[in-house]
Amino acid sequence: MGSQGGFYQSKEFLDLVKSIGEARSKAEEDRIVLHEIDTLKRRISEPDIPKRKMKEYIIRLVYIEMLGHDASFGYIHAVKMTHDDSLLVKRTGYLAVTLFLNEDHDLIILIVNTIQKDLKSDNYLVVCAALNAVCKLINEETIPAVLPQVVELLAHPKEAVRKKAIMALHRFYQKSPSSVSHLISNFRKRLCDNDPGVMGATLCPLFDLITLDVNSYKDLVNSFVSILKQVAERRLSKAYDYHQMPAPFIQIKLLKILALLGSGDKQASENMYTVLGDIFRKCDSSSNIGNAVFYECICCVSSIYPNPRLLDSAADVISRFLKSDSHNLKYMGIDALGRLIKISPEIAEQHQLAVIDCLEDPDDTLKRKTFELLYKMTKSTNVDVIVDRMIDYMISINDNHYKTEIASRCVELAEQFAPSNQWFIQTMNKVFEHAGDLVNIKVAHNLMRLIAEGFGEDDDNADSKLRSSAVESYLRILGEPNLPSVFLQVICWVLGEYGTADGMFSASDITGKLCDVAEAYSSDETVKAYAVTALMKTYAFEIAAGRKVDMLPECQSLMEELLASHSTDLQQRAYELQAVIGLDAHAVEGIMPSDASCEDIEVDKGLSFLNGYIQEAIEKGAQPYISENERSGVLNMGNFRNQDHHEPSHGLRFEAYELPKPVVQSRIPQALLPSTEIVPVPEPMYPRETYQTPVPSNSSSAGSAELKLRLDGVQKKWGRPTYTPETSTSSSTSQKTVNGAAQVEGATTLNSTRETYASRKPQVEISHEKQKLAASLFGGSSKLEKRPATGHKVSKASSHVVEKSHVPKSSKEVASEKTAPAQPPPDLLDLGEPTDTSTVPSLDPFRQLEGLLDTTQVASAANGATAASRSPDVTALYADTPPVGIHNMGDADLLSGLSNPSVTNMPGATAKPQLTQSSGKGPNPKDSLEKDALVRQMDMCGQRDCHINMIQPYGIGGGLKIQERAETLVLCSI
Amino acid sequence: MIHFVLLISRQGKVRLTKWYSTYSQKERTKVIRELSGVILTRGPKLCNFVEWRGLKVVYKRYASLYFCMCIDPDGNELEILEIIHHYVEVLDRYFGSVIELTSLIICRKAYYILDEILISGELQEPGKRTIVRAVAAQDSLVETVKEQTGSISTIIAQASK
Repeated sequence: MGSQGGFYQSKEFLDLVKSIGEARSKAEEDRIVLHEIDTLKRRISEPDIPKRKMKEYIIRLVYIEMLGHDASFGYIHAVKMTHDDSLLVKRTGYLAVTLFLNEDHDLIILIVNTIQKDLKSDNYLVVCAALNAVCKLINEETIPAVLPQVVELLAHPKEAVRKKAIMALHRFYQKSPSSVSHLISNFRKRLCDNDPGVMGATLCPLFDLITLDVNSYKDLVNSFVSILKQVAERRLSKAYDYHQMPAPFIQIKLLKILALLGSGDKQASENMYTVLGDIFRKCDSSSNIGNAVFYECICCVSSIYPNPRLLDSAADVISRFLKSDSHNLKYMGIDALGRLIKISPEIAEQHQLAVIDCLEDPDDTLKRKTFELLYKMTKSTNVDVIVDRMIDYMISINDNHYKTEIASRCVELAEQFAPSNQWFIQTMNKVFEHAGDLVNIKVAHNLMRLIAEGFGEDDDNADSKLRSSAVESYLRILGEPNLPSVFLQVICWVLGEYGTADGMFSASDITGKLCDVAEAYSSDETVKAYAVTALMKTYAFEIAAGRKVDMLPECQSLMEELLASHSTDLQQRAYELQAVIGLDAHAVEGIMPSDASCEDIEVDKGLSFLNGYIQEAIEKGAQPYISENERSGVLNMGNFRNQDHHEPSHGLRFEAYELPKPVVQSRIPQALLPSTEIVPVPEPMYPRETYQTPVPSNSSSAGSAELKLRLDGVQKKWGRPTYTPETSTSSSTSQKTVNGAAQVEGATTLNSTRETYASRKPQVEISHEKQKLAASLFGGSSKLEKRPATGHKVSKASSHVVEKSHVPKSSKEVASEKTAPAQPPPDLLDLGEPTDTSTVPSLDPFRQLEGLLDTTQVASAANGATAASRSPDVTALYADTPPVGIHNMGDADLLSGLSNPSVTNMPGATAKPQLTQSSGKGPNPKDSLEKDALVRQMDMCGQRDCHINMIQPYGIGGGLKIQERAETLVLCSI
Repeated sequence: MIHFVLLISRQGKVRLTKWYSTYSQKERTKVIRELSGVILTRGPKLCNFVEWRGLKVVYKRYASLYFCMCIDPDGNELEILEIIHHYVEVLDRYFGSVIELTSLIICRKAYYILDEILISGELQEPGKRTIVRAVAAQDSLVETVKEQTGSISTIIAQASK
C-alpha cells in the first residue's frame, strides 16, 4: 500500500524509537525519554515552527505519553493543531488530543468550537475526524454544544459518517442519558439503514437501551429476528463475511439483544426458536469466530424462555467445547455451562470430570472460571467441599483483587449454606486468617453478631457450646503470628464477651492472652482498644460473679502505658477499666451485665433528661439552641462547607453558574466510596440465612455439638449416612478419624497388590484424587434424589460400613483394582451412548448403586476375571447390557439380597483380588465404580427439588451404571 | 464495551495504547505494568483470557507483539479475540506485512486504522474492505490537500515578500 513514504518521521524520531527499543532496562529507557522531554520542551515553545515539524513533535509527545511519561506541556499545542486548516495537520491534532485528553480535561472547552465547525464541513473526512474526537472528548457539559450537528449527520449521504454519528449519540447516551432521551427514535430509524455497517452500529446503542428497558422494545423482536435470519442466510454482501462466516459480529450483537428481549417472555422467545436453531445448524464449528457465535447462541438460549431442542443443541456445543484441547474453548465451555445449569441442571452431570479437570488445570484463568461455576452450583450439600477448595485457592494466590472476591464469595456461601455453626465459624476463621484485611468489616460484625445471638435457636445450650468452641478456636489461633486486624478485633470481642462464660478458661488465661494481643499488635490502635475493652469485660464479669480480681503484672503495665497513651480513645478505655475494677459487684453488674450484647439499649435521642438543665440555663440568659440545619441554611455560602465542595473539583467547573445541585451530587460518590469498595455482602440476607440452618443443627444438638456429629445431622437430613467419608475427605483434619474404622478392611484387601502395581501408581493416583474430589464436590442432590426411594434402610446401614472401606482405599491410593486404565477417564465417559441412557430411566440408578457398592469387592474380583478375556475393549461390556432389564424387574429384592451377603462375603472377597490382579488390564471395574460413586454424588443438578430430572441425567454416567449392572450380574452368577 | 487496547512487545515495551474508558496517566502506567506482568508470563498453551480487577483482558500474540483488549466481564471473549485478529488482518492488508509491524506500529496509521475499527469501545466496522478503503481515502485526500496547501503557502509566501 506504499504510503509509508508519507510519514515524515525524521531521523531524530526514528533514532529515538530505536534507542528506546534497544534500551536494556527501564532506567535506561526513562533516561532517554527524560532527555527527549527536555528537548521537546525547549523546541516546541520556539516561535514559528513549521507545521510539519510541529506535527512530528506532537507525534513524539504521543510516543512519550504512551511510554508512561507526562507530556502535558505539549497538550496545548495539540489543541492548537486541531484548529489548523490543513486536514493532515488537523487529523494529527485530533489524534493527539483524543490520545492525550480524558473527557474531564480543561482543554476540551477549547476544542469544542473547532469540533462544531468541523462537523459542518463539507469534506466528509473532516467530519469523520471530528466525530472521532466527539466520541472521545465530549463530556456531559459539552454535549448540548454539538448535539444538533451530530443529529443532522445521521442523515449524511456517506455511510461512514452516519455510522460515526450513531456511535457518537451512543456515547452521549452513555454519558448522560437525559441529554439524548428525545432522540432515541433515531436509533430505531437507523436500524433500517441501507448500509449494513450503519445498521450494525445501531445495534450498540439499542443494546444499551434494551438492557435498561426491555418492554419498550418488544415490538422490535420480529425485526431483529428477521435481520438475524437474513444475515445467517448470507443475504449481506460478501464484504461482511469474516472467515467464511456471514457478518458474525452483527450476528453476535443481535443474539445479545435477542437474549435480553426473550428473557422471561415466552411469546417473544417462540419467534426466535427457528432462527436460533438455524444458526446452531449452519454455524461453522471449526473456526474461532464460529465458536464465538455458538457461545453467544448458548447465552441467548439460556436467557430466553427455554426450548428443549435448543437446549439440547446448546448442551452438545458445550460438550464439544469442554472436550476440546483448546483452553479457550474449555473456558467458554465452563462459562456456558454456568449459564445453562440455571435452566437445565442435569446437563452438568455429564461434564463433571471435565469440570474437575479444569479445576485442576495449571491455567489460573480457567481455574477461576471453574470456581465461578462451582460458586453457582453450591448448595448445602456440597458447600463444605467447595468452600474448602476456594479457601485453599485463596491462600495460594497473591492477587489481592481476586482474593477479596473469592473471600467474599466464601463468606456469602458460608452464610447461605452453612451445614453447621461450627463449620461456619471455622470457615470464617480461615477466611479471616488469610484474607482478613481484604474482607469487609461488616462480615466481621456479622460474625460477632452470629456468635452473640446464636443461630436463632431456642436452645441456649447449643448457643453456649457454639461460643465455647469459638473461644477455644480463637485461643488456639492467637498463637499464630501476624493475624489481620479485623480478625483480631473479632477475637478480642469474643474473648471479652464469652472467654470466661463456660468456666473452661480462667480469667487470668483470657486476660493474659488479651494482653499478649495488645502487646504484639501495639501499632494497631483499634485492636488495642478492642483488647482493653475485652479486658474490662472479663474483669467486670469476674467482679460481678463475686470473685476476687488479681490483675496480672503484664496487664498492669499495659494499663500504665495506656493511661498515658496519646490516643484519647485508648486512654479513656484504660481509665474506664481502672474505674470499673474499683467498683463493687452490684455496680459492676449494672455497668457490664454479662452476655448482654444482644439486648437493646434504649437511647434517648432527644436527651430529654437534660431538659431541666437547659431550662435553667435559658432562664439565666443563655441563647437557645439552633439546630444544625437552620444554622447552615442561614450561612449557606460562607462557611467551610463551601470549601469542602470545591475540593473534589479540578480545573474548570462548568456548573459554576448553576444551582449548587451538581456539586452536591459530586459529593455523594465520595460518601458512598467506603461502601462500594467493600466486599458486597448481602447484609439484609444475613439474619434470614442463619435462621435457615436450625434444621440440620437441631437434630445434632440432641447428641453432641461435635463437628462430626453435626455432619451426621446433615446426612440424616438427606437420609444418606454413607456420605461421611466423601464429604469429609477434603477437610484433611477429620478425614482420618472418620475413615479410621473402615480402613482396616480396605487396607488388608489391598496390601497384597500394592507392590505389584507400585509402578503404575502415579497414574492411578491422579485420577484417584480427581475422582475423590469430584465425588465430594458434587455430593448432594443425588442423595436428595434417593430420599424418596429409600426402601431398604437395613441394607443401607450395612452397606454403609463397607462403602466406607472404599474411600480410605482411594485416599490411600492403594486400590489394587486400579490397574492403569486402558483409556483415560474422559474417554471412559464417552461410552455413555444415548441409547444406553434411554434404558436406564426405568429405575433409580442411585438406589441401585447403593446396594451395588458394597459388592464392589466381589464384583471387581469377578470382573477382573471376565475382563481378562475381554480386555481393552471397554465397550464390549456395554454390548452385554441386556441384564439391565433383569434389574429393572426386581431391583428391590435383588439389591437387598445383594447388599447383605456381600458384607459377609468380604473376607472371601479380599482373597480374590490377588487372583485377578494379574489379569487386571482392561476395563476397570473399580475405576468405573468409583466414577459412578462420583457421578452419584455429583450434583451439578442444582436444585434439590429437581427429582424429575433425576431420571435422565446420566448421558455419560449412565454407561457406567450399566457397566455396574453387568458386573452385578456376573457376581450373581458366581 | 472495550475499555482499552494495548500493544505490548514481548520485552514488555508498549507499542500502542488506546483508552476508551477514563484512566489517569498514573493508572495507565499501573495498568500497563500489571498487565504486561501477567500476560507476558503466561504460557503458550493457556487460554487467551485473563481475569483482571473484575474485568477481562483478552490477548493474542502475533510475532513478538501482544495485542490486548480489556472488556467487561460479560463480554464474549472469542469475539474479542476475533476483533483483534480483524485488526491485525487490516493492518496486514494495509501495510503489506505484519513482520514490519513492530516498527510501524508506533506510527499514527495504526491509530487511524484502529479508529476505523473501534469507536468509543465498540466495534464499528466489521468489513475489512470498507476500512482499508476509508483509510486509503484519507490518505489520498491528505496527499492532495498537502499539495494544495503546499502550493498555496508558497504563493502566499511569495506574495507577502
